[in-house]
Amino acid sequence: MTLRREFWYLFVGGVANGFLYGMVAVGYTLVYGVLRLINFAHSEIFMSGGFAGYFVMKAMIGSSVPSGFATVYLIVIGIVAGGVVGAIVATLLERVAYRPLRRRNAPKLAYLISAIGSSYFLFNLAGKEFGRYSISVPQPYVNHTVFTIFGAPVQLYYIVILIVGVVMFLGLDRVVATTKLGRGIRAVAQDAETASLMGVNIDRTIAMTFIVGGALGGAAGFLFGLGTGVVFTMGFTPALKAFTAAVLGGIGNLRGAMIGGLLLGVVESLSVVFVQAAYIDVVAFGILVAVLLIRPTGLLGERLGRAA
Amino acid sequence: MRTLFHNVSVRRLISALAVMAVVAVMTGPAGSTETPTAGFTGSFAEKSSFFGMFETVRWVPFLFLGLVFFSVWSLWLSRGQQVKDGVAKVFAAPRAAAERRPVRWGIAVLLIVVALILPHIITDPFWQAAMVEQIAVYVLLAVGLNVVVGFAGLLDLGFVAFYAIGAYTTAWVTGALPLPPLFGIHMDPFFAIPIAIVIAMLAGIILGAPTLRLRGDYLAIVTLGFGEIITIFANNLYGITGGSQGTALIPHFSLHVGPIKYLWGLTPVPYYYLTLVFVVLFLAAFSLLEHSRVGRAWTAIREDEVAAESVGINPLKYKVMAFAIGASTAGFAGVVTASQSNNIFPSSFTLSFSINILVLVIFGGMGSIFGVVLGAIIIQTGSMYLLHTPPAGYQPSDLYVYLGALLVMMMIFRPAGLVPSRRRRREIRLSEAGEGHADEVLTGDQP
Amino acid sequence: MSDRIFDVQNVTLRFGGVVSLNDVSLHQNRGEILAVIGPNGAGKTSLFNSLTGVYQPQEGTITFLGRDAKPISIIGKKAHQVSSAGVARTFQASRMFSALTAFENVKIGAESHRGIGVLGAMLKGPGTRKDEKSSDAKTFKLLEFVGMTEKANVVSASLSYGDRRRLEIARGLATDPQVLLLDEPAAGTNPSEKIQLTELIRKVRDEMGVSILLIEHDMKLVMSLAERLYVLNFGGVIAEGTPEEIRANPAVIEAYLGSSSVTTEEQA
Repeated sequence: MTLRREFWYLFVGGVANGFLYGMVAVGYTLVYGVLRLINFAHSEIFMSGGFAGYFVMKAMIGSSVPSGFATVYLIVIGIVAGGVVGAIVATLLERVAYRPLRRRNAPKLAYLISAIGSSYFLFNLAGKEFGRYSISVPQPYVNHTVFTIFGAPVQLYYIVILIVGVVMFLGLDRVVATTKLGRGIRAVAQDAETASLMGVNIDRTIAMTFIVGGALGGAAGFLFGLGTGVVFTMGFTPALKAFTAAVLGGIGNLRGAMIGGLLLGVVESLSVVFVQAAYIDVVAFGILVAVLLIRPTGLLGERLGRAA
Repeated sequence: MRTLFHNVSVRRLISALAVMAVVAVMTGPAGSTETPTAGFTGSFAEKSSFFGMFETVRWVPFLFLGLVFFSVWSLWLSRGQQVKDGVAKVFAAPRAAAERRPVRWGIAVLLIVVALILPHIITDPFWQAAMVEQIAVYVLLAVGLNVVVGFAGLLDLGFVAFYAIGAYTTAWVTGALPLPPLFGIHMDPFFAIPIAIVIAMLAGIILGAPTLRLRGDYLAIVTLGFGEIITIFANNLYGITGGSQGTALIPHFSLHVGPIKYLWGLTPVPYYYLTLVFVVLFLAAFSLLEHSRVGRAWTAIREDEVAAESVGINPLKYKVMAFAIGASTAGFAGVVTASQSNNIFPSSFTLSFSINILVLVIFGGMGSIFGVVLGAIIIQTGSMYLLHTPPAGYQPSDLYVYLGALLVMMMIFRPAGLVPSRRRRREIRLSEAGEGHADEVLTGDQP
Repeated sequence: MSDRIFDVQNVTLRFGGVVSLNDVSLHQNRGEILAVIGPNGAGKTSLFNSLTGVYQPQEGTITFLGRDAKPISIIGKKAHQVSSAGVARTFQASRMFSALTAFENVKIGAESHRGIGVLGAMLKGPGTRKDEKSSDAKTFKLLEFVGMTEKANVVSASLSYGDRRRLEIARGLATDPQVLLLDEPAAGTNPSEKIQLTELIRKVRDEMGVSILLIEHDMKLVMSLAERLYVLNFGGVIAEGTPEEIRANPAVIEAYLGSSSVTTEEQA
């Protein structure tokens, strides 16, 4: 493999991963925007989306690999399943682990502990119920090379991620910029107290934020599972990286989350040239610490209200 | 339909059934992707057991339990206050007494005496080993994490990293690693203690100094990542750590002072007493620390960082210090474990370990040394009991499900823990009443 | 020039595009009771926060004449360093360590400038015991000074507004300051508490030799207490002088009359 081809090969994989990170990062950023806290259990929303997709694919795909229209149909179904389950888990999480604390105006440490507890509970419960081993997801297509960039193959899987990522992000951007819900989210993000005086229903806005972020995270979980299989711990590392992406782009900033995701995906993928594959996660962690030290507000700056 | 769902009783019924569904899954048999509903459709009990009389699938009894729970819940909402008042009356006197220092001292002395004679009462080898490896060491770890979480109010999710650093330092110093030992000599694990403490402390300072400037939740996620990173290094640096195979042949503690020669061997009891001595020393040091000017400064920072700074307290310095003290305690515990068990594997340094210690602190009551010790003893004894005599269908990994659920439930129902520290309880109440500036949510954050 | 405890020269402070302090120059003489007044949003609290290291102005210099008459530049220092240099402050809505008792609150101030001494604390050696004793003695003395001895063991959250103000002053004095900055000390207090407070502030200066810099809305209190005043409006100094001079200054009257309708957002 020539160096240039290798570069593009890694680059394409990095972009695909980057879109997944971005979709998860958006969930962190939205919740951070309205609650000013990091939803540690977001990783388990991602995981439940992955399992939802797995069960749907398993139920719908027979012995032959689908193609053509059936493929598109199955992918849409999988994304919807992942998104819906992700949204449900996010809602339950908000109801059970956050809302009682918010009612009491509990200190921040309590939220963090409650979040980490729910995350730990959820993924271990999944391990108990679905088995503690990795399973590959029945494929809705034959993953083949669609075209090449400078000799580097671009697989169908990557194209699916790209399309879904772009559609979802543009949709979300519109929702936040133009709809009533979006205005509510931005208002709460800027100043919750004033927003509530202006007639924004804070509880509803927060719940909807969890639903939107959860749906994106769940859909990303399905796409991730399609490529790498599902396992109860599948949320941990991607979520840590998505968080890094959110911080890199500027936490609370929607576009920043997507840009941060892409950047992290590419940098991480290319770093394979310099470090052993086993240390890829260390690179992401290094980026997180570096961003926090050098520019804690991220590339595009904080605040949901201002940027979106 | 919509109005039906808005009916309070209907919602309560749905919640009660949902809670029981979760309990059914939690306590159920292990499932797989082929049988993902094992928690509901598995058989309720083994034929031989008492419950075997009611041979059925699990969802039936749990549906029944859900209805019972709903009734009790409804009853509690109408009559609960009377019960609460009654209970409060019964416990008022002992609680008031327990808040007095002489009584607390009395309990402490009593506990030490019990701890001293315990190995002579419990002679079951399983429990003797558990007392060292799973209880005494965990008490030590919990007390250390309490300095970070309880005193300084910082969430450290990578506590295991410092424990691993302590264990690997022991292996290094005693010559059990592929890496040549320090100064080229194979030292006794006793000498590993100061070295491990210093190295773990330095690691804590290096990680903490930059990240402790930032918001508290960033620290949590950075430590979470750090815990994973340490495991990655331990697994992959074959030439230094021995890789995923871990390392064996770490010697036991031994004492050669003049005519006294003693070797801590394979039996757990001598290790128990050694660890007990350390535990008591650490407990004494930390409770003096709590009531010293350092402890007061931590409280001040926790409550209002801006005001604390205005009276000349450097918050970063105190936070880094708490972090370093926690880290070095974990490092020390790593020495004890490494030497006692002779070998270490990267696979034993997991996130689950960090969470387990966090649960001990939260359950006992963050900031309350007495509570944390009690919490650690109760939870670790409970989990060891489950391991020793598991109920039908219980698997060791189920413990994590229970611990996670416990964390959430503590935050919802009793955030200050089993035996709350007085300062903490006051703080939580004040914060809930909108007083004070202890880390506010939803009302702007500090830059 | 030599006895200016605070010397502020051409200080400008911006937040994004908003100019909070615009080319402010003022000074305080040692031992003086100085007041800064002005309508809401004039930049008074911004000035306070700049003097105490909470905000970092982009332009200008702030020089503080420290303990050995050694000039110290405040800009670039952190709040705790400014406190150590000898500047104490109170807050607009007094900020106590609310879960601690009055005694503990003051004691934290009294011991904050000692080194950290973890090992000493854990071993509780004779040095630590001695330190504890001297901090306790100092704390009692200060509680007595502000007249709160009998409330020493009350949790500070349950104190009245007036008591909290006094406690905050005691906590500030515990750090052995050269100057005490009071941010609207009379806010939320009743008339009799106000009189006590005025007396206390004067006593702090007279008996402890601590210079006083205060921001206040209550004109009666300011005019009876301050020896000299600065008037701030829209982030700039518009007048300076004795209470009598200020009262007669047309620019000040204009600012106050015009201000009731014009309020700019203060960056607090």
